[in-house]
Amino acid sequence: MNAALQKAITTLITSMADDALILGHRNSEWTGLGPIMEEDIAFSSMAQDKIGHAWALYRILQEHLGGEDPDQFAFIRAAKDFTCCHLAELPISSYDFSLMRHFLFDHAEAVRYESLQQCSFEPLQQLSKKVKGELKYHTLHADAWVLQLCRGGEESQQRMQAALDRCFPLAAGIFEPGPQDALLADAGIYPGEQTLYDKWLNTIYPLLVNASLNLPDPAAIPPQYGGRYGNHTPHLQALLQEMGEVFRLDPTAGW
Amino acid sequence: MTTATTTIADIYTALEQVMDPEIPVLNVLELGMITGVTLYEGTAHIKMIPTFAACPAVSYIQQNIRATVNKLTGLPVQVTVDKEVHWQSNRLTDTAKEKLQHFGIAAPQVHEGELRAEIMLNTPCPHCHSENTYLRSPFGSTLCRAIHYCKDCGMVFEQFKPVE
Ligand SMILES: [Zn+2]
Repeated sequence: MNAALQKAITTLITSMADDALILGHRNSEWTGLGPIMEEDIAFSSMAQDKIGHAWALYRILQEHLGGEDPDQFAFIRAAKDFTCCHLAELPISSYDFSLMRHFLFDHAEAVRYESLQQCSFEPLQQLSKKVKGELKYHTLHADAWVLQLCRGGEESQQRMQAALDRCFPLAAGIFEPGPQDALLADAGIYPGEQTLYDKWLNTIYPLLVNASLNLPDPAAIPPQYGGRYGNHTPHLQALLQEMGEVFRLDPTAGW
Repeated sequence: MTTATTTIADIYTALEQVMDPEIPVLNVLELGMITGVTLYEGTAHIKMIPTFAACPAVSYIQQNIRATVNKLTGLPVQVTVDKEVHWQSNRLTDTAKEKLQHFGIAAPQVHEGELRAEIMLNTPCPHCHSENTYLRSPFGSTLCRAIHYCKDCGMVFEQFKPVE
């Protein structure tokens, strides 16, 4: 593998892992706060899955691409070195926001990992089979609750629509194109962000229609980009501070 | 048992004693977590796969495999994670499914590669066997479980969920 391709794959995997790590931590903030017990458990379980996925991706970086120790990499980096999207880093806010974020994000993940089933970089291809199977439950959960709340009366439906309007440009930011997209597509790693974005829209559209939600016009709303280049909202710094607090007390401690 | 005469079959017999910490009635063979056993230069080499990527019990189970097989066969044991095979719920043996039911946990439905959401509907109740049930949450007390409700006997029950 040449150096340019190696760097491009590293960039891709880092973004995927950072998204999973950061959203995993956000999801875990629902532990003890969920509107009903099942939701408390669901968000905690999904948090555990996502942090597990992040860890497996960081491990690929370490084992195959000359990356650092996953714990060091996850907890010691500065905010500007993270490449998660803005959607993942925002605080949990209210349940409608967190649920809509979860719906849009996990369908994006499902589309991404589906495309990685054919990935020419074997470690990523192998991991993607496992992650894809687990994500089924995340999308299943999201679909069921979005539908349920959209059919739960006028106020409930309006709140879900407002959450969608707020989350949509953020979610479109998941697919921020990078300079390495063409190289990765040519090498058979994955089809590139634009293709995934189109597939994602095709997946969520019928689900939103079924829930009587209006998809904001994608052409009229600029996606919220920046995260993939290390430009973040102030919320990321605060989250990293909290996440790394215990680890920084003694970075060499064994767990 | 002496080390010199230990066979692959003995190693499998020893593995039957390694139970899952979350479902203590099932051993690692019944769960389909073991993908290969070889004997090479006096060392037992065991390949295993975790059920879920984030399964918190993986290193605990690996330690258990090492300790138990070593104790029962006297052999040094090496346990590695097999990255070429990924775990899916179809790997559960029939015995495992039966034991789950007795333990009060519904068994996963057999799927054909691709998992559809519909498969989780009308999961038979492990208490009264009714199929008049609904999925309450795809997430239960551990990553591998879902929660259902039985409309006939009024019991909430857990299921070892199907995973592709
Ligand atoms: Zn019943």
